[in-house]
Amino acid sequence: MTWQLFSLLVQASGMTILISTISILVGLGVAILLSAARLSHLRVLHGFTALFISFFRGVPLLVQLLLLFNLLPALGISLSGFATAIIGLSLCTAAYQAENLRGGFDAVPKGLIESADMAGFSPAQTFLRIRIPIALRLTFPALVNEAILILKASSLVSVVGVIELTRMAQNLSASTFMPVEIFASAGLIYLVINQVVAAIGRYAERRLPGMGQAAR
Amino acid sequence: MNFDIGVILAKGPQILSGLGVTVLIWIAGTFLAAALGFVIATARHYGGPLIGAVLAIPVEVLRGTPFLVQIFLLYFGGPYIGITLDPIPAGLLGLSVYGAAYYAEIFRAGYQSVPPGHVEAADCLGFSRGQTVLRILLPEMALIVLPPSVNMAIILLKETALLSLITVPEMTLTVQAIGSQQYAFLESLVVLALVYWALVELAGTLGRLAERYFSRYRLALK
Repeated sequence: MTWQLFSLLVQASGMTILISTISILVGLGVAILLSAARLSHLRVLHGFTALFISFFRGVPLLVQLLLLFNLLPALGISLSGFATAIIGLSLCTAAYQAENLRGGFDAVPKGLIESADMAGFSPAQTFLRIRIPIALRLTFPALVNEAILILKASSLVSVVGVIELTRMAQNLSASTFMPVEIFASAGLIYLVINQVVAAIGRYAERRLPGMGQAAR
Repeated sequence: MNFDIGVILAKGPQILSGLGVTVLIWIAGTFLAAALGFVIATARHYGGPLIGAVLAIPVEVLRGTPFLVQIFLLYFGGPYIGITLDPIPAGLLGLSVYGAAYYAEIFRAGYQSVPPGHVEAADCLGFSRGQTVLRILLPEMALIVLPPSVNMAIILLKETALLSLITVPEMTLTVQAIGSQQYAFLESLVVLALVYWALVELAGTLGRLAERYFSRYRLALK
């Protein structure tokens, strides 16, 4: 295991971090939309969100990615592997994040929503200014957890040809016949990234306003 | 676009054999993972600070790295360090060890959730440590660890799909092979997704039924 091989792995981990970060943020946006749909008064939307969440949580991510990579071209949509990987990871994490956010939205004190009503907030304003900030604050630890899960799950996009950390490790392992050193190094890099994310999460959790303040 | 799901369904027996491998590896893997996880959690609980700190390392490493990298290391790297396994044993070992790290954390939380007063009471009544674990800690933990254990079992069910990448002849590999023989990739993947979805929903429903059944003992805890 030379320093050169290791640095190739570290470079490829940039792609892992990039794909994961974009997917988590896009997934959070979709999860907020799903939560809005669930809080709306339209029955059709409730059914749709339930089905969406059940499907993306019920099918292995590998199968979802393979399906997406075959489905989009069949529908005449041609996107790069990178874009398709992000769509796949985002939809999957959106379902999990929506499930996490559900707890947060349920825990928003009723009194706050009633006072917003009394103060003349429209339902949209109440959602944007009261419900979302409190639900996000309450579920912040779950978001950090989900970020770590997605960093690990992003290894699956190697299967559909995106050159990230796991795919680079596979390529190097095939060309150097050093699978032990290379996969162990890849694992070490994932471990370091995840520890850093967890540490940032713990730091942010301490620095963010406490729930007492946020709910007041 | 030509979409004919019939060509996949015509291969029903092959799909069922893949499904059988998936279910067997899943159940055996979950059982072994829970057993190993319980041993790790128990050793960490009673083993003192040194054993606790030593056992925390593999648990953190297994929880902090992707399952895919772990099975690649085991299956492709194993032969270089004297571990040569066929796909199915390698898959089963990989799944069990990976799951064990998560079950160790679940049982650790379980141990911590039992009120110390109950253990002290058992001590006062002259229970041996083994009796305390079997008669006090385990029954009380069971209620607390059941929901996360079911959750983890479902996660492991979905992780078995990755074993197709180390050529374990489970459902994902089988159905994909049918898809390429019949030149019907999309159809094969739709069938695959639907079968997994049904399986996960079924497992989730059974888990909820079990939780409801065991919740009758909750009152006894107070």
